Amino acid sequence: MKSFAPQGRSGKTVEEPSYDWGERRAGKAFLALHDGTIFRGWSAGADCDRLGEVVFNTGMTGYEEILTDPSYSGQLVAMTYPEIGNTGINHDDHESRQLFAEGLIVHQMNQPSNWRSVRSLSDYLRASGVPAIVGVDTRALTVKLRTEGTARGYLAVTGRVGEDEAVRRARDWCGLDGQDYAARVSAEQAFEWDGDGHISTTWPDQDRLPAADLTVAAYDFGIKWNILRRLRQQGIAVRVVPAGTSAKDILELETDGLFLSNGPADPAAVTYAIDNIRSLLGRLPIMGICLGHQLLGLALGGRTYRLKFGHHGCNHPVKDLTTGKVEITSQNHNFSLDPDSLPPDEMEITHINLNDDTVEGIRHRKCPAFSVQYHPEAAPGPHDAGYLFARFRELMSG
Amino acid sequence: MPKRDDLKKIMLLGSGPIVIGQACEFDYSGTQACKSLREEGYEVVLVNSNPATIMTDPEFADRTYIEPLTVDILHEIIRRERPDALLPTLGGQTALNLAMELDEQGVLERYKVEMIGAKVEVIRKAEDRDLFKQAMQRIGLDLPQSRIAHSLPEARQARRELGDFPVVVRPAFTLGGSGGGIAYNQDQFSEIIESGLQYSPISEVLIEESVIGWKEFELELMRDRKDNVVVVCSIENVDAMGVHTGDSITVAPAQTLTDREYQRLRDAALAVMREIGVDTGGSNVQFAVDPKSGRLVVIEMNPRVSRSSALASKATGFAIAKFAAKLAVGYTLDEIDNDITRETPACFEPAIDYVVTKIPRFAFEKFAGSDSTLTTRMKSVGETMSIGRNFKQSLQKALRSLETGRHGFGADGRDQGFETLSDRELAAELARPNAERLFQVRAAFRRGWSLERVHAATLIDPWFLGHLQELAAYEDEIRAAGDLAGLSRDPALFRQAKEFGYSDRQLAFLLSESEDAVRQAREKIGLLPVYGLVDTCAAEFEAHTPYYYSTYGELDECRPSDRKKVMILGGGPNRIGQGVEFDYCCVHAAFALRDAGFETIMVNSNPETVSTDYDTSDRLYFEPLTLEDVLHIYRREDCWGVIVQFGGQTPLKLAADLERNGVNIIGTSPRNIEAAEDRKFFSSLVGRLGLLQPANGLASTAEEAVAIAEDIGYPVLVRPSFVLGGRAMVIVYDRPTLQRYMVEAVEVSEKRPVLIDRFLEDAIEVDVDCLADGETVVIGAIMEHVEKAGVHSGDSACAIPPLTLEKPVLDTIRSHTRALAGELQVRGLMNVQYAVRHDQVYILEVNPRASRTVPFVSKAIGVPLAKLAALVMAGFTLRELGFTEELSIRHFAVKEAVLPFVRFPGSDTVLTPEMKSTGEVMGLDIDAGMAFLKSQLAAGSEIPRAGNVFMSVCDRDKPAVVELARQVAELGYRIYATLGTATVLREAGVKAHALFRISKGRPNVLDLIRDREVGWIVNTPSGASPRHDELTMRGQAVAHNIPITTTISGLQAAVAGLRALARRERHEVCSLQEYQRYSRVDLRLPRNPR
Repeated sequence: MKSFAPQGRSGKTVEEPSYDWGERRAGKAFLALHDGTIFRGWSAGADCDRLGEVVFNTGMTGYEEILTDPSYSGQLVAMTYPEIGNTGINHDDHESRQLFAEGLIVHQMNQPSNWRSVRSLSDYLRASGVPAIVGVDTRALTVKLRTEGTARGYLAVTGRVGEDEAVRRARDWCGLDGQDYAARVSAEQAFEWDGDGHISTTWPDQDRLPAADLTVAAYDFGIKWNILRRLRQQGIAVRVVPAGTSAKDILELETDGLFLSNGPADPAAVTYAIDNIRSLLGRLPIMGICLGHQLLGLALGGRTYRLKFGHHGCNHPVKDLTTGKVEITSQNHNFSLDPDSLPPDEMEITHINLNDDTVEGIRHRKCPAFSVQYHPEAAPGPHDAGYLFARFRELMSG
Repeated sequence: MPKRDDLKKIMLLGSGPIVIGQACEFDYSGTQACKSLREEGYEVVLVNSNPATIMTDPEFADRTYIEPLTVDILHEIIRRERPDALLPTLGGQTALNLAMELDEQGVLERYKVEMIGAKVEVIRKAEDRDLFKQAMQRIGLDLPQSRIAHSLPEARQARRELGDFPVVVRPAFTLGGSGGGIAYNQDQFSEIIESGLQYSPISEVLIEESVIGWKEFELELMRDRKDNVVVVCSIENVDAMGVHTGDSITVAPAQTLTDREYQRLRDAALAVMREIGVDTGGSNVQFAVDPKSGRLVVIEMNPRVSRSSALASKATGFAIAKFAAKLAVGYTLDEIDNDITRETPACFEPAIDYVVTKIPRFAFEKFAGSDSTLTTRMKSVGETMSIGRNFKQSLQKALRSLETGRHGFGADGRDQGFETLSDRELAAELARPNAERLFQVRAAFRRGWSLERVHAATLIDPWFLGHLQELAAYEDEIRAAGDLAGLSRDPALFRQAKEFGYSDRQLAFLLSESEDAVRQAREKIGLLPVYGLVDTCAAEFEAHTPYYYSTYGELDECRPSDRKKVMILGGGPNRIGQGVEFDYCCVHAAFALRDAGFETIMVNSNPETVSTDYDTSDRLYFEPLTLEDVLHIYRREDCWGVIVQFGGQTPLKLAADLERNGVNIIGTSPRNIEAAEDRKFFSSLVGRLGLLQPANGLASTAEEAVAIAEDIGYPVLVRPSFVLGGRAMVIVYDRPTLQRYMVEAVEVSEKRPVLIDRFLEDAIEVDVDCLADGETVVIGAIMEHVEKAGVHSGDSACAIPPLTLEKPVLDTIRSHTRALAGELQVRGLMNVQYAVRHDQVYILEVNPRASRTVPFVSKAIGVPLAKLAALVMAGFTLRELGFTEELSIRHFAVKEAVLPFVRFPGSDTVLTPEMKSTGEVMGLDIDAGMAFLKSQLAAGSEIPRAGNVFMSVCDRDKPAVVELARQVAELGYRIYATLGTATVLREAGVKAHALFRISKGRPNVLDLIRDREVGWIVNTPSGASPRHDELTMRGQAVAHNIPITTTISGLQAAVAGLRALARRERHEVCSLQEYQRYSRVDLRLPRNPR
C-alpha cells in the first residue's frame, strides 16, 4: 500500500493536509542530558518519557532496522541524517520482533513515500510505545557527544517532568556500564528460526533457499533477524537459544556450530555467557558478531573498554588484515576489545578499523573460532562483509 | 602499495570548450588531477583548447598545450613529448573519445603510451551499448528492453519488436544525449532516429523500452586496483525518468529508498564496476526504479569522472577527482588520506547530515523557436547547488541561487504568470517537464489541487511534492502574522520560516515590507543563521577544512580568525554570457591574495567550478549570492574587503546594496562600475575626453525610437538597458522592423528605456583589457575581432596581436583606454570595446571590471591579469608588482567562440549582437592564419584540407569574395556557388559550379549537404532578416556538422590559415611554457608565508 497522502493528527488519511506548525513551534518536548544540556523539539512518537544512553547513528538509511535492533535497548538514538521517516515502515525490514530503542531523536520527521511502506514511522512509534523528539539540532547534539562522549539522557515528551527533574533523572541513572541487557532482550524460550523459510526469503531475496544441511545453535543476546536470514541462506538451520543456556545444554543440541549474537550494553556484565563460551571453545566451531565478538574475547581472557562515543553507522572502513582488502561496514557498538589484552599465542587480530585502529575482528589460532566487531549481516548497511557467513559455513564443514 | 614509479611523464586531456553537457566541472577535475599528480612527482603534460580554465594556467602542468583536441594534434604532441601514460578519465566524454581514437589509430601503441585510469576494453564495454547490455546480462542485472540499429529500417523493425510507443532513442558515443530523445509516435521516431544516427560517430542508436516516470537514481563510486570500492554519494532525481539527469533537479543523498533498496542499488553498482572493470578511478551508474513494484533497471554507467562526480564531490567534501588521479597511478583508497578529517582514510563512504539540491539553469530565451520541453537530450547551460539542513531549506536556497530573479519557492511576487494560467493550461504545463515546473507545482497547490493530482500530472515522487505542498500552505501561516511587527513578536514563527528556507525577500513580499526592514527586524531579535561544516562524516570526526553552509540551528561551527580577510564573490550558475571565465578570475584572486598573506573567503553556488573546491580559498561558503546571504558571511567573518568585479553580473548587481550596508568593496568603486553602464554618464564621459561614439539616443516608446533612428540613420543597434550578454540586442535596418521590435521583443518603460546606436557597418571591432592602479594604466592586450562589428564580442573570434590595425590606430586606442581608466578611477581591470572605421576609433562600451577575455589575454601574453588586479585592489601598485608596460608577443593567439545551436534545432544559427556561445577555445601559433585555423579546429569546425566548398555571399560582399575564392581554388578546392555568386566568380576567372537557390530548384546546396558532398560552407547573411533559404541551409549545416563561415573577414583568416597549412603540411604544436619564454616579464607577486 502506498501511503503518501498527508495524515492528520488522528493518523487517518485525509484529503486536506493539516499541519501542526504551531505545536512544533511550541517545542514542548525536550531531551535532557546528565550535564544539564537541554535540546528542545516536539513529540512525534508515544506519549511517554524515557531514560537512556544517548548515541548518534550516522547511517543515512535504515531507521526501521535500527529501531528494531535489540542492541539499541537502553539507548536513545539520534539520527544524524536530518530527513527521517521518508520510507515509512514496512513488513520486511524488521530486525526483531519489536522496537527496542528507548527513544528516537531526529531533526525532521516525514510522511512516507515508498511502495513497500505500510505505515508511517510516527504511527509505528506511537503504537510501539516509544517516544520520539523532532526538531532537534542533531548536529549540535552529535558534536557534543563526539567531544564529550556518550551521555545519559532523559527524553521528556509528556510535559509531566520539568527540565531540572529530567536532568536529575539522567544524572542519577546508572547507565549501561556493568549492565546485563542481554538477559532483558533475549528470547525466553529456544526456537527454530524460520521453519518454512518465508522470513529468510523476503523481498528482494526471492531466490529459493538452499536445503539446510548444517545446524547451528545461536545464542540470543539480542540477535538481529538478518543474521538469522544470512545463516539460513547459507544452508544452515538455526536453533535460537536464550542467553543463559548452559554449555551442556548447547552441546546436547548436537549442532554443527555455535553462533554468538550481537546485543546491547556492557559485555563484561554477561559473565555467565563468558563462562559458557569458554567451555564451548574448541568443542564447536564458533562465529561471533558485535557483543558476541566481545564475549569471545572476554572468554579468552581479554578486556573490553568503553569507546568515547561508540561506532554507530554504515560507513566504517575495516581492513581484513589477512587479505589487505577494505570493506565498508555497518557498526553499532560502544565497547571494544583491548588488543593488548588478548593472548597473542592464542588470538590473532584479523580486522582493524581504519578510522581509529580499533579491533574489528579476531580469530583463534588453534580452535575453530572467529568473530567480528562489526555487522556483516548489515541491515542496515553495505553487504561487503557478507562473505563471513560463508566462511563460517566452511569452518563448520571443514 | 605505493604509487607506480615506472611512469615519469603523464599526459592529461582536458575537455575542451564549455558546451552544453560538458562544462567547467572538467576544469575542476582536471585541475585537481594536475595538482595531485605533480604532488606525487610526476611530470604532467596537459592538453586543452580552453583558455578560460584554471588547469591551463602554466603553473599547473610542466607542459601546457593549448591546442585543438583532435587526434592529429594529440599525435603531434605525443610525438614531441613521449609521455609514458595517458590519463583520459578526467576530461569528460571528449577526452575519453579521443583516447579511444588514439588507441584505434595505433598512436598509443606506436609511442608506447599506456592508458591509465581506464583501459580501452573497459571504456568500450561501458560505452558500447551492445557490449554493455551483454555485460549487464552476465551479472544478472535488468536493463530496459532494447535493440540496436544502424539504419532507419532496422530501427523500425526493432521498435516493432519492443512494442508500444513511447520509446527512447540513445545514440552511441555522444555527449549529453545529443541526437537522442523520446518518440511518442512514428513521425517523431523517424526524425529522432535520423538525427541520432547522424550524431553517433559510429552511426549506431539504441532503441529502448520507455521507463518514463520511474524514479531515477545515480551512484558515484570509486574503485581501486585492490578491488576496494566505495560509494561516494547517492543522488535522486526529483524529475522522473524521461528528463536528462543534467536537466533534472536532483538531491543528495537519495531520499525515498529504504536501506534494503539502497543497498540493492549499491550491490548492483559494485557489480557493474567489477564487471565493466573500472579499477583505478571514479565512475557513476544510473538506475531507474519502478515506483510501483521496485523493479530495478540499470540505465548506464560512465567509466570516468563526470558532471555528477563534481556534484557529488562538492556535496560531500570527498575529493573524487584528486583521488581518481591517485588511483590511476597505483595508489589504493586505504593509502590516501581524507584531507577533511585528516585522521581517517579516503577509503570510506561519506555520511552527510544535510540535504543537497542541484537545479539546472537554462537559457531558452536565447534560442527563439526551440522547444523548452525537457527531454533526454540535455539543454541546460549551467547549474546551481545548495546545502540546507532539510529539503525545504535546501530547495529554497537553490532556487534563490539560480539567478533567475526568483527568491525561493515562489512567494516573491513573481508568480502571476503561473497563477493566472487556466486549470487546463496548468495541468498541461505540469505534465510537460520544463524549467519552471516547480513554480507551476506551487500554483497547483495554492489552488488546492491534491497531492495525488499533482503527482499524476508531474510523476514527481510524492515525498518531494509533500514538502512543496507544505511550503505552499505555509505562506498563509506567515501571512497570518499580519505584518512584520507581528512576525517579530512571534520569534518562533520567524525562526520556523527561516528553517523552511524563506528568504528575507519572500517574507518581505508576504508581509508587504521591504527586504531591509525584514533583515533589521530579524537581526533585532537575534535571529541569525549559523554555519555548518561540510565534513564527509556527519560530525563523527573533527573536520579541518573550513567548508561551510548556512542554516538556522543551535551550533555555529564558523570560527573566524583574526587575520585580514578578503571575500571574493563568485559568479553563480553558468549561463550564456557568464561562464567559466569569471570563475577563473575569482580563483586567481583567491590564489594571489592567499599568497600575499590575506585570508581568502570564497562565496559561490556553482558546483562545477574550481572556485568551489575546498582548497582553492582559505574558507569556502557554498551559499546563494544574495544580499542576505553575503551580508551574513561578511559580518560573521568580519571581512576587511569584498571583491565584486570578478564574478560577472551576479556580484555586481549586489554591489550597491552591499556598500549601502557598510561593506568595504575594494577596487574600482561600484558607483563607477555602474556609472559606466549609464548612457548619460557615458556620453558625457566620452564628450569630456573628446572621444567619438556612434550617434545614439534613448527611447521609452516606439515613436521615440523611430524618431531617433531616423535622426541618426539606419542601420541601428537596439538593446534594452542593463543586460548581460547582449540579451535582446539586434541590428535593425528599417522602420517596420524597429516598430515590431519595440512592441514584441522588449518591455520598455521610462525606467527601462531602449538604447539606440548608429550601427557602424563594416567596422572592425576591438576589445581591450587593461589594468590600472590609480597611477599606472597598463594595457593587457588589444584584440582585433575577426567578425565585423555587429556580432556580440562574446561570440566573435578575436586575435592578439591585432591582425590588420595600423600603429596610429592602435596608439589612439591606447591613449583612449588610458584616459578612460583614469577618468573612471579604475583600481583593477577594465575592458573597453571600440569600433574602427576608416581609421576613426569609436568607443562602444566600457566596463571597469573583469571581462570574459581576461583568461584569454592572460594566457596569450603570459601575465596573470586577474591576480595582478586582485593585488591592486588589495593595495599593491602595478609598479610594486612589476607590471608597468604593455607586452608585445611574437606569436598569435586567436580566441573562437563555441555555439550550442546543435542543441536547439529550429533556432537560427547566425551570429548577432545577442550572445549565444557557451564557451571558447584558443588557437596559438607563430603564424596568424594557422592560429585562426587552429581556433576553428578547436571549436569543432574543422575546415577540410580538400574537397568541395559551397559559397553564397550577399551583394555587399561579392567584390571581396573574388580574390579569396581564387585562393581557395588554388588550394585545390572545388567551388560550388549560388547563381549570383558563381556569376561574379566566373566573370573574374574563378571556376565555380552553379547551383540553384534552395527555393528555386534542384540540385541545390541541401542535396550536397545530404550527400555529404560539401565540406565547407561560406555564407554571408543578406541584410537584416535572414531569408528562409539561408535558415534552412545553416540549420542543415549545423545538423551535419559542416563548418560554416559567415563573414568575409572569417573567410580571409581561414584562407590565410589554409595557405600556411599547405606550406607546412601539418600542424605544429608548442606549449604555453615555450611561448612564454619569449615574452617574459619579471613580475614580483607577493609571497607572505603564514
